[in-house]
Amino acid sequence: MFRRLPSLAWLPLLALFSVVTVGIALNSGTIQVGWFGVGEILLGGGGGIERQLVMELRLPRALSAFATGGLLALSGALLQVLLRNPLADPYVLGVSGGAAVAALLAMMAGVGGWWFTASAFGGAMVAIALVFGLAHGRGSWSDTRLLLVGVVVASGCGALLSFLLAIAPEQDLRGMLFWLMGDLSHAGRALPALLVLAGGMVLVAPLARSLNVMARGELQAAALGVEVSRLRLAIYLSASLFTATAVTLAGSIGFVGLVVPHLLRLLMGNDQRLLLPAAVMLGGGLLVLADTLARTVIAPQQLPVGVLTALLGVPVFLYLLQRHR
Amino acid sequence: MIPLLKTIHLQVAIGPRMLCRDLGFEVLPGQCWGVLGRNGVGKSCLLHTLAGLSSPASGSVLLAGEPVSTLPRKQIAQRVGVLFQQQSDSFPATVMQSALTGRHPYLGRWQWESEEDIELVHEKLALLGLESMVEREVTTLSGGERQRLAIATLLVQQPELLLMDEPTNHLDINYQIRVLDLLSGMCAHGGAAVVMVLHEVNLAIRYCDHLLLLFPDGEALHGRRERILDAEILARLYGHPMVALDGPHGPIYIPG
Repeated sequence: MFRRLPSLAWLPLLALFSVVTVGIALNSGTIQVGWFGVGEILLGGGGGIERQLVMELRLPRALSAFATGGLLALSGALLQVLLRNPLADPYVLGVSGGAAVAALLAMMAGVGGWWFTASAFGGAMVAIALVFGLAHGRGSWSDTRLLLVGVVVASGCGALLSFLLAIAPEQDLRGMLFWLMGDLSHAGRALPALLVLAGGMVLVAPLARSLNVMARGELQAAALGVEVSRLRLAIYLSASLFTATAVTLAGSIGFVGLVVPHLLRLLMGNDQRLLLPAAVMLGGGLLVLADTLARTVIAPQQLPVGVLTALLGVPVFLYLLQRHR
Repeated sequence: MIPLLKTIHLQVAIGPRMLCRDLGFEVLPGQCWGVLGRNGVGKSCLLHTLAGLSSPASGSVLLAGEPVSTLPRKQIAQRVGVLFQQQSDSFPATVMQSALTGRHPYLGRWQWESEEDIELVHEKLALLGLESMVEREVTTLSGGERQRLAIATLLVQQPELLLMDEPTNHLDINYQIRVLDLLSGMCAHGGAAVVMVLHEVNLAIRYCDHLLLLFPDGEALHGRRERILDAEILARLYGHPMVALDGPHGPIYIPG
């Protein structure tokens, strides 16, 4: 049934979906503002505590969630084509591992705010440089070699994380675990991530047709006029940057980056020119929904959003996979 | 006439092994070349080198007079098409989407395929008997259908020089003949040239006017088919005695 829709028709539907999810996020919580109230406030009206709540708490958080989800889904879609591996996700090459190690170290050192963000991002950059340097080595870098180096660096980071958790003082543990599971409650300003997302999309969009060709194999792509090594480098670096930005904002939120691209491939095929923008909107919208649930289901307690993305996403994905058999 | 392809003192090597030494040959428009040799003698590797996909140990390859090593990939792709030995689609795509990738070298960064491009794909798919499978998933095709799709994609690319690694791979006899008829027609009337690796000696003799024989010691023989081919050369080429019989299109060679 879904497949009958022409692929192009999915884009406006998904755009509508993302707007609606943000609307829901602005409208959910202990104080309900109502759809008209939300509209009024966004247009500059309203006032008092409600305006403050929507503009200063809910909107930044919803936008952070959207940016994070969009970045993760985009990065996942790119890496799956780059590595020619359907199991690839934004974290497979160790970017999040590097960020997490640095973030936990920063928590233990007791730094907060800007310095915490900077160290998480710095950790991700170190991991990217390390994986790229080792995979490049002398000689050429094959996608298998890149994947292997990435997986090994990621598991090295995993070991370091366990070590840090084991020696961390009791009172820091909860914060650390939340960060590792992915959590938007401490997400700072959304603007930098949204800018990376928009800029990244503009940068990656003209490469999308080359990626279609690359999905047919690297030699084949080269024979069809794609400068394969340059394209690979551009995709690797931009996907890593997207992941680093997302992880810095919200920790390692699982599942979105792996499954959103696959979900879309089942629905609309594998033309990257449509798939990449669709991934941004679906990934962003889903994470906004998941985060809204995370802060409302057992309010005033908050759940780590990474747990919810998986709990929601797994059944949906398995259902679609069954239908398309 | 400027040769579509010309090699000068070309040496191709894999690691320490020299596959061919000092190879110099020219492919003119309208010619159909067959590349013959034993397994592992370097036929595919040579084809990749001619397409500029790997660099030679020394010497150079010229495409219409320009060194392939200095041309941007996109320009090479507008002149030279390659059919690989194996197809490796690993993500879902329809036959149409896959064949449309043949237009990639002609499209600008933001450009989408036009109606004419789609028309062209339909035309080439029909030439290979795939017109009823336009919307099929590539991964559901049989080996022979995939091979025909790869050939159709190559035709959609509209190169003047076609480098083909075993074009008859996986094809039944009907399609082997259909494809080779199609290719020799393109050479005879379309001004294209084909260089193809073949294992079926008799098809090579029937369709190729020129042959390039690669020997295990790095020696290469090339020239007009009737000038270089006989049972003795073939026996040396394959390391097995060959016998010539009379056939409907001239001599037929079978293993002795």
